[in-house]
Parts: sequence; C-alpha cells; structure tokens
Amino acid sequence: MHYRFEKDMSACGLTGFINRDRKRVDGEAIMSSICNMDERSNGQGGGFAAYGIYPEHKDDYAFHMLYTDIDAKEITEKYLDRHFLIIEDGELPTRKTAGIVDPPVIWRYFLNVDEEVLHMNACDEEDYVVEAVMYINAEIPGAFVMSSGKNMGAFKAVGFPGAVGRFYKLDEYKAWTWIAHGRFPTNTPGWWGGAHPFTLLDWSIVHNGEISSYGINKRYLEMFGYKATLMTDTEVTAYLFDMLLRRHKLSIEVATMAIAAPFWSQIDHLPDGERKALTALRQVYGSGLLNGPFAFILGHKDGMVGINDRIKLRPLVAAEQGNTLYVANEEAAIREIASPDRVWMPTAGEPVIANLKPEKDSIKEKTSCIKV
Amino acid sequence: MHKSLIKAEFQVQRDDYKCIRCRVCERQCSFEVHSYDADADRMFEDEMKCVGCQRCVEYCPTRALTIQPHPSTIRPHGNWPYRAVKDICKQAETGGMLLSSTGDELGHRIYWDHLVLNASQVTNPSIDPLREPMELRTFIGRKPDQVDVRLVNGKPVLKTELPPQLTLETPMMFGAMSYGAISYNVCQSLARAATASGTMYNTGEGGLHRDFYQYGPNTIVQCASGRFGVHREYLNAGAAVEIKVGQGAKPGIGGHVPGEKVDKEISITRMIPVGTDALSPAPHHDIYSIEDLRQLIYALKEAVEYKKPVGVKIAAVHNAAAIASGIVRAGADFVTLDGLRGGTGAAPTRTRDSVGMPIELALAAVDQRLREEGIRNNASLIVAGGFRNSTDVVKAIALGADAVYIGTAALISLGCTVCQKCYTGKCPWGITTQDPYLTKRVNPEIGTQRLTNLLRAWSLEIKEILGGMGINAIESLRGNRLHLRAIGLNERELDVLGVMHAGE
Amino acid sequence: MATKAKTTKKRRRVQADEKVCIGCKLCEVACIVAHSKSKNIIRAFNEETPRALSRVLVEESKPLTFALQCRHCDDPPCAVACMTGALRKDPETGAVLHDREKCVGCWMCVMVCPYGGIQRDMREGKAASKCDLCLELDEPACVAACPNAALFVVEDED
Repeated sequence: MHYRFEKDMSACGLTGFINRDRKRVDGEAIMSSICNMDERSNGQGGGFAAYGIYPEHKDDYAFHMLYTDIDAKEITEKYLDRHFLIIEDGELPTRKTAGIVDPPVIWRYFLNVDEEVLHMNACDEEDYVVEAVMYINAEIPGAFVMSSGKNMGAFKAVGFPGAVGRFYKLDEYKAWTWIAHGRFPTNTPGWWGGAHPFTLLDWSIVHNGEISSYGINKRYLEMFGYKATLMTDTEVTAYLFDMLLRRHKLSIEVATMAIAAPFWSQIDHLPDGERKALTALRQVYGSGLLNGPFAFILGHKDGMVGINDRIKLRPLVAAEQGNTLYVANEEAAIREIASPDRVWMPTAGEPVIANLKPEKDSIKEKTSCIKV
Repeated sequence: MHKSLIKAEFQVQRDDYKCIRCRVCERQCSFEVHSYDADADRMFEDEMKCVGCQRCVEYCPTRALTIQPHPSTIRPHGNWPYRAVKDICKQAETGGMLLSSTGDELGHRIYWDHLVLNASQVTNPSIDPLREPMELRTFIGRKPDQVDVRLVNGKPVLKTELPPQLTLETPMMFGAMSYGAISYNVCQSLARAATASGTMYNTGEGGLHRDFYQYGPNTIVQCASGRFGVHREYLNAGAAVEIKVGQGAKPGIGGHVPGEKVDKEISITRMIPVGTDALSPAPHHDIYSIEDLRQLIYALKEAVEYKKPVGVKIAAVHNAAAIASGIVRAGADFVTLDGLRGGTGAAPTRTRDSVGMPIELALAAVDQRLREEGIRNNASLIVAGGFRNSTDVVKAIALGADAVYIGTAALISLGCTVCQKCYTGKCPWGITTQDPYLTKRVNPEIGTQRLTNLLRAWSLEIKEILGGMGINAIESLRGNRLHLRAIGLNERELDVLGVMHAGE
Repeated sequence: MATKAKTTKKRRRVQADEKVCIGCKLCEVACIVAHSKSKNIIRAFNEETPRALSRVLVEESKPLTFALQCRHCDDPPCAVACMTGALRKDPETGAVLHDREKCVGCWMCVMVCPYGGIQRDMREGKAASKCDLCLELDEPACVAACPNAALFVVEDED
C-alpha cells in the first residue's frame, strides 16, 4: 500500500535573512517579519530555522525531536543510543504560550557518530545521519525529527508563527541566518511535523506553493533512498537539494538550474557550451524539475538561497542592507525589520544567493587537518 | 464439392434509387464484392467477400451504399456466440489456423478508460498553453544518475559526457511497421511526417529502402530475428537501433510477410529473393538468454560506434518487469514494451487475442520495478499497443512512460478502418499492400500531411491537459501517478497500476 | 513556368499525377454532373437524357491509370484545323474553347489533337466535346472531386 500517500497542499508566507559576516541576532526580528504576513497563514503551522545557535556544540548533530507519545521517545532513544554517541540531551526549552495547544514531548539531543561504526559500515558520515533520520521518521510511529544539522535547529508547531516563536523562546537564541514560515494548508489539518521549515542535516527549507510535479519528484528521490513520509512538497524539495548539493556536489547555482530549469526556448538560443550544460541538466534531472507555483528559502550551513518557480507564480522579494540579505514573499515583511539599501524582484527561476564569509576557526581546523 | 458453411460477415445494401452505376465501388473494392451487369444495367454484390473496410461506402459519390455487420444470427447462447460458431465453421472448412491483423479485439479491459486525470484549482494555477510555454521535448536514451556541471565565469559548463540521446519534440513516435507489411508510400509518409514533427518513425524489421536514408535522423532502425535488411550501413543510417524480441500482437512469434507481398524493391531492401515468404524466426537464434542479448546489444553498439542509442523491444508478457530489468542491466538504452492491443500485419488470431497483457499494467509494473531497483534513469521506457488518442498518451506518461509509439492510430489517419485484412495483402486503402494498383491510394503528400496533423493535434491536446494540471514541462508528468485516479478498478488493479481511486 | 495553385480562374490548367491516380473515375462522374442540366448527381445520371458527356477520361492500363483531358495548348492544332472557328484560344483565360453552335462535327480537331483530348459527341447531332476548364466554377469539377490529389490546378504565369 505504499502508493496510498496523500499530498499536502498549502499556501504560505515566508521570510528569511542572513548576515554574511556571521553577526548573530536574536529571534525578535524574524518574528516581527513573519508576523507582518500573518494574513498569509491560518494558524495551522508556523516554524523557524536558525543557524549558528549552538556554538558550544557546533561539531555535534543537534537533533530536535517531536514525540507524540512517550513510547516513541523510548524506542527512539534506544535507536539513537545504538547508532550514535549521545553527547547531551534534554528537553528543548519552551514556554507556555497562548495559541499553542497540546504540545508533544520536545527533546533535543547533541549527537556524534562513532568513526569506527562508519568505517565498519563503509559509509559516509552524512549519509549515515540521513539514513537514521529517514528511519526514525518512517519506522518509529509517533517520533519525528524536526531537525538534525550541526549548529542549527528548527522550531515548529501548529499555531501562528509569532506564537510558535514565543513558545520556543526564540528571543533567547542568537543566529546569523533566520528563516521563518507561516502556514496555510488547504486540505489537511496542520500537524507539528508538517509545519515548515523542513530540514535534513543542515538544510532547512521554507516553502510557499504547491509542487504539481510532486508525484514524480517523490518517486525519483525514492530511487536514491529518500523516503518521503511527510506528505509535503517541502520535504521533497529539501531532499532534492540534499541530493544535488551534497551527494552530487553541484553548486547551488547549478542546482537551481536543474530544479527551476530555463525553458527550451531560452536554452536553444544559448552559446554551445551553456546549451549543452543546461540540456544535460534537464536530461538527467528532468524528474527533479519542480513544477508548479513556489517560492522557497533554503538555509544551509554556508548561506541562504531564495528562489521562485520557472514562471514566477508566487511572490518573492529580495533586499539588502549592509551585509545582510533579506528574502520574503512581501516587501513589507522586510521593511518591518530593516531599511534596505536595495530592494529587487528576482525574476522567474532566478536564485538569490548569499554565502557566509568563511569561519575563521573552521579554516584553522582544516589547516591543522592537512598538517596531520 | 460440398456446401461451404463459412458465414457472411457483412451485409452490403445498395440504395438503387441513388446508385448511378458509376462503378466506383467496383473499382475500389480489392476483394471484388461489387460487379456490374451491362445487359441488365445493374450492380450486384457478393457479400461473402466483403471485409467491411468501408472503402466503397466512402467513395460512392451518391452515398448509395451501406455496409454493416451481417444481421443474420443464430439463437443467442451464452457460451456460443455467433462469432465462435463462425470461427469453427471457418476452421472446419480450411483446416488452418485463423489469421488476422491489427491488435486484440476481444476487448480485454482498456485501463485507459478507467483512469481520469487531474487539474489545478485555486492552490496552484492552471497554465494557459496558448499564452505560456508548454514543453513536450523528450529524450530517449540512457541517463547517468548524476551529471557534473560547473560554473566557469558564471556560465554552466558540462564536465560529463552523456550517452547518446534521441531528441523528440513530442513524446509520440510512429511505431515499428515494416516496409513489406506496409507500402513504400506509407513508409515515406511516416518518415516525412516524423521529420516534419521532430520525432521518429520505426522501420520495423523490413530494412530501410535506399530512398529513405535521407530521413535517417528521424528513423529508428530495427534488428529482428529475421535480420532482414540488416547491415552496417543500415544500422548507421538511423538515429537509434531497436532490437525486436517480441511484438504485442503476437508475443513469442516472429514477423510474417507472405511471399505475395515481396516484390522487387522489398526483395532488395530485405535482402531476400522476390516472392519468398519473409518469416522471422520466433526467437533470435543468437539470443537464448539475457547474456546473449547483452552481446547483441554491444555488438550493435560497436557497429554504430556508441553514437546511437540501442534499445530492446519486448511484448508485454507476464514477467515483463523482470525481463525489462534484465534488459536495462544488459545495457539497453531504451526498453520498448508492446501491449496486447498492439497491431500487426499478420498474426494467428488466437495468439493476437489471448497472449500478453494490456500495456497499462505492463508499463506500471515495469516502471515501478525499475524504480525499485534504482535503474529507471538508466534507460528510457517507450510503450506501444493500441494508443487511440492524446489522453491515452498522457495517462501512459503519467504511469511512467518516456514516449509512446503509435502504429494503428497512424494508419487510421491514412484511411485504415481496422478491417483486419492486412495479411491478405489486398488492403483496399492501399496501406498494407504491395499491389501497385492499390499502393497508389496513399498519396505520400496527403499521407505526410495527415500524419503530421495527427501528431500536431495530439500534441496540442497534451499541452492543454498539462496546462490544466499546472505543469509546463512533460518531464514533470512522467511517472507522476498522483495526477491519475482510477474509476471502477479493484484493489489489485489499483496496486499494480500504482494509482489511487477517484475520491481518495 | 507553371506553379501549383488552388483556385484561379485566370489561365488555369489541370494537371494529372499518374503516380497517385487510383483509377476511381470520380473525376468523370464530377465532370458529367458539372455539365448536366440539373447539376444534381442522381438526376444527371438517372434522369437526364441524353446524359452529359465526361470531358475527362481515365486511361487505364493496370496498374497505371491517369485522367486525360484537353491540355489547352498555347498553340492549339485543333483551333488551326477547325474550319468553322468553333474552336478558339481565348486570349484572356488561355482556355481552348468550343462553340457548339458553330461546330459541324467534321472531327478534324479529333484527328489533329496529339493528346486525344477531344471526343466525338453523337448524342444530338454531331459535335466535338472537350474540357472547358469549368471557368464558371472556382475550381474545375474534376479537380474538386479527385480524392487523392491526382488532379490539380496549375497556373500559367504567361
């Protein structure tokens, strides 16, 4: 009965910003920005992703877990214990907030992978983590991995985004990249796991739209071991990026050329080299083309990307103030928290890309590696 | 001599008031049903000879003729329909196998008619194909799982060499019909229409007439068990090579072209003597196993210097999914599946009607199997077998096909009325005959135009449906079974097709 | 230099392509109807006497068939041979026209025509019968009736 999935359709509001210099700010700004677009959500889900929030645990995988029953917690913890080194765990801090009802058990784990296990399984560390996430989401009823990346986390719930942010005490976290989402699902009731952002490793994605190609995107990704269990477009978008960027080592620019591919009428008129490259991308990644209206923001450890579908059926505005890049559905959501030097409207399929400046100590770590 | 009990299949009715004795019917009927008696100034009809092709009806300038299934019948009986009785009488008379043409006519369930399509409402906008681009371009060939494209000075540059691909401007091609089964003029019409439409036609197993080498870039050349007309130049004349293992209309049986159809040109093209029966062996005698197939695939790839895709066509049989998987792993760049309703110029009736399975089920099973094995990208999937209209095509693509072959529908556009007498070589519409008096009936100019129109019309409809779904590129529909829902199918059928029931 | 054209009244010619002529003779039927009194196919054949003559004839030597009719020569031998002036080349349309009123049925035209494009009409007295290009119609009836585009109109560019 593995065909009996139902896809979730939703409209939404999204916003995000990134400081390229890794200057961290608390969650007040992002909450103000997303609340400005409450009109675009209906209280059926809100969420945030933040990067740079766990400097003291920056080399550990931070698993934010949702448990709808306590058995699930027990099973999951046994599983985690068997496959990871649990560095630290505890309840993810929350506060009682009006508008957030019936919260599940929310737990946070900082995990590390035993090198020897990897060696034994002859497997890439990140693939190992991905597999664990897939396993928990698909096989342990009542358990859901909200996020699993390093030095980042996702915070999501059923409710309006402002309430979600206060519930998770986002005012107490500091991050250089913040992205946020308010949900307006149209055919399924919101549930905590289904709220955005959707994340995998350090990818997080918030999404506004409906992917009409979902059916094939999902089957395509399944061929490569991705199990889409959440019934959302956003999930497949995240997996798609994971595959293109992490596994296939494509740059973000090139990956966006595959998922929001230019039309043949444009490609056919390009110089030979470009035409060949774009043709090959469409030939190989045709099943990964995201078709239908969307705007999404992708956060990752090195930066942030905003992009629209290939005929721009959803709004997306970008702005810059100093070294901070803002992307949102609506200009007002940006102006609510910034006085931008420049505001522009990206064209269909044109990505807005911001990359963080390299971290000083990460460079140091790399050099020391080479010396060894 | 005893009385024949073979029954008349059709009744010929002539409105004598309208008949002007122009004798057009007489001249058009290649089965000699009509005759004129000058003394009596009357037309006569021999109904026993009528095949119901409707040629005389169409050509009668006063529309004085009506041909309909013969109304005489027997007492109705659940187990013994008149058709069964007729067949027995025929066999008692001739002592031979029943022969027929085109595809299954028993009416096994046509799943296309139990599938409905989706459209966008509110949450995602439908797209108007008259105002916005709507892309049908399709590539046939092996795709790697990933490709290395890098940005150099801000421009994408391809670092991976892709295996050869066929480019189709619409996901429909003309299916394999050999020169010999069909006439020179029909071959020419198909070749020219494929060229004009940016797609392919398939030579079938009859070789390629020299005159048609010019259409090579739009030709898929076939290599079947009889190896008729197969030589290095032939293989390299086309854009792709297809190894024909089986055919949907007659799985397990080779192609048959009776000697009467083998004239000089066909003899030269097929490299066989004039007038000899062209009987392809049932199997390829150099393929008794999957490893043998692999050798042939690579022998052909060597012959075309790895510059053209090499695919394998099989009939949709029970374990098609496993066989297709083997074919992909054996190195085929595309797999062609031909379903139960696929046409033929000549096949034993019993085989035609009862061997194999509807293409819908085979396609769903094969696509799912290749995905489960993670090798769906390694080969394109072409399906054939009774596609009647553009929605059949759309549904096939949603089930997982890359492209479809249309054969019978193409011939119908040229006049074929599915009378199923191709094997007689007397096609009154001039399509499946080599009689020079009859082949003239297909004017290649008109044929090309009609075939081109057909592909254009179906392509427009496909675009309209895609737009309605809110999709603007065919690859987003391919294998996207969420855009299909079933009506009136049982759980097992839903499972095999991998679709939900309408309302779910 | 002749080019294919669909419908033209000026200087049109009918050409035949024997490669796709299927010998159905619908051109003959259409010609008879076009030259009948009633222009109704059933009446033209079954009721009108005498029945009109077809001015186009399908020549047959199976499998070869083709429709033959007056070529409307630039320098028509029939017009030269005609002693009464019943046949003349019309300078405006380029058609070789036949005036039945003037024709005495001497058959000189039949004898000199190199194509066999003129027939004898013996129905009511003797006269010649030949293609008039259906100048009153948008398209010659034979061309309109040909089911396989084996007859088509070409236009002389002078």
